[in-house]
Amino acid sequence: MTDWQPSARARERQAFRRAQHRRALAVATVATVVVVAAVAYVVATAPGWERARTAFFSPERAVEVLPEVAEGLWLNLRVWVVASVVGLVVGLLLAVVRTSRLPALFPLRVLTVLYVDVFRGVPVLLVLLLAGFGLPALRLEWLPVSAAFLGGLAIVLTYTAYLAEIFRAGIESVHPSQVAAARSLGLTRGQTVRRVVLPQAVRNVTAPTASTLVSLQKDSGLISILGAVDAIRAAQIATTGDYNFTPYVVAGVLFLLLSIPLTRLVDAWSARQGWRGRLRGVSGAGVIR
Amino acid sequence: MSDALLSLRGVRKSYPGTGRGAPRKVVLDGIDLDVTEHECVVVVGSSGSGKSTLLRAIDLLEEVDDGQVLLDGVDVADPWVDADAARARMSMVFQQYNLFPHLRVLDNVTLALRLVHGRGRAAAVAAGREMLEKVGLAHKERSYPDELSGGEQQRAAIARALVSGPELLLLDEVTSALDPELVGEVLDLLVALRDEGTTMVVATHEMSFARDVADEVVFLHQGRVHERGTPTQVLDDPQRERTQEFLRRLR
Repeated sequence: MTDWQPSARARERQAFRRAQHRRALAVATVATVVVVAAVAYVVATAPGWERARTAFFSPERAVEVLPEVAEGLWLNLRVWVVASVVGLVVGLLLAVVRTSRLPALFPLRVLTVLYVDVFRGVPVLLVLLLAGFGLPALRLEWLPVSAAFLGGLAIVLTYTAYLAEIFRAGIESVHPSQVAAARSLGLTRGQTVRRVVLPQAVRNVTAPTASTLVSLQKDSGLISILGAVDAIRAAQIATTGDYNFTPYVVAGVLFLLLSIPLTRLVDAWSARQGWRGRLRGVSGAGVIR
Repeated sequence: MSDALLSLRGVRKSYPGTGRGAPRKVVLDGIDLDVTEHECVVVVGSSGSGKSTLLRAIDLLEEVDDGQVLLDGVDVADPWVDADAARARMSMVFQQYNLFPHLRVLDNVTLALRLVHGRGRAAAVAAGREMLEKVGLAHKERSYPDELSGGEQQRAAIARALVSGPELLLLDEVTSALDPELVGEVLDLLVALRDEGTTMVVATHEMSFARDVADEVVFLHQGRVHERGTPTQVLDDPQRERTQEFLRRLR
């Protein structure tokens, strides 16, 4: 290969592209400043701004209620982690069962379809109320009846159904030629599913799985209707009496502090794994020239 | 400037090396090429010699590191020219057809006519039907690409490329993904196009086709033009060792 020095023409083109890039940056900056300024102006000149500011953004009140709200958030966090782990594992199993063609699994397959249809179709709130007030009525001694447990159970039931459907879509997105290749190498069906289909299926649905987990994290707050004191409920309790709504803002910020890192983490993780499915290694994937 | 429709001058393209600190991989190392109107230039060479990259650079699908891509004397590789307008004057046919799977054959063919070339629906459909007739697929216009054989898909892709009346047709190993028995139907079509005077740059492994249609054969080796000339010169009486070796291995 020759030693190559860019020609005058190539340098001119590079300079042009750099200028274009600078222009794009400038446009982005100006647009951002204008939008932020406009929003700030509308809010700050609103007639009720002064009152709203003290009612929603009182720093003293925020510091005051932070421990209570954070304690409530600890419950959200536990419900979220448990429901995520159970939902991911069971959801994946259900998806495998549902897409399997083994005759012996037929009854299980029917149950899976029924389960997913029911729990995907019934509002979470309704599942919560039914689990929270219906199950204790059975007076089963071995069944814990704490609001946190029953609420968590309802969340798990609903989200497992969602996740099972996402994983099923992922499994169906794997091209049949991949199964053919694995089977022709002599892998059993089980080995094919575990080692070839599922790894590709999971990476194909990383993004929808992550957003479902984020929405699970937010919905974990719904268990408060059964009386469990989570972050939202704690904030609500703190607002009674003085009509200062700062605790709600505190709860919102805490939820964001959890969910934003989660989505960024998943993005970074999938980028590092080169998890762009079959486009891995194709130059210019996702870039429209 | 020469009076060629397309001229390449010193076109260079490299990709980042794989692995940490690896040197850049040079794919095109200073390519010169002239294609005049109604001429058919056939590019041959082993896999990885840069044939596809060369065609993609011509169609402005790759940003070149250096050199000129002159279309009617205008350097369209310059970032300040309208690359979309330049691309609309050329058409590329790909090895894997690249038909749009969600569109019927006729809609594949008429899409660019309507979106890029501003034809009305009726005019586009009429032109599309005429072109499908020409490639022998009139009866398949309502089919989806995955309902066609490979040869039919490739003929549909050629119809899609031709329907806008491009000044230059770029063919990137268009028969390499086809069964041998389907290669003939595509090559026959290309010979017919060549006889009509379609200006073409063709990357191919089909040496007999090259011999039949080429005005000039260009042998690429390691990103450079290693040997060039008429088909008789390059394919029957190659002067350089690499060319001889390449042709020997094909036999």
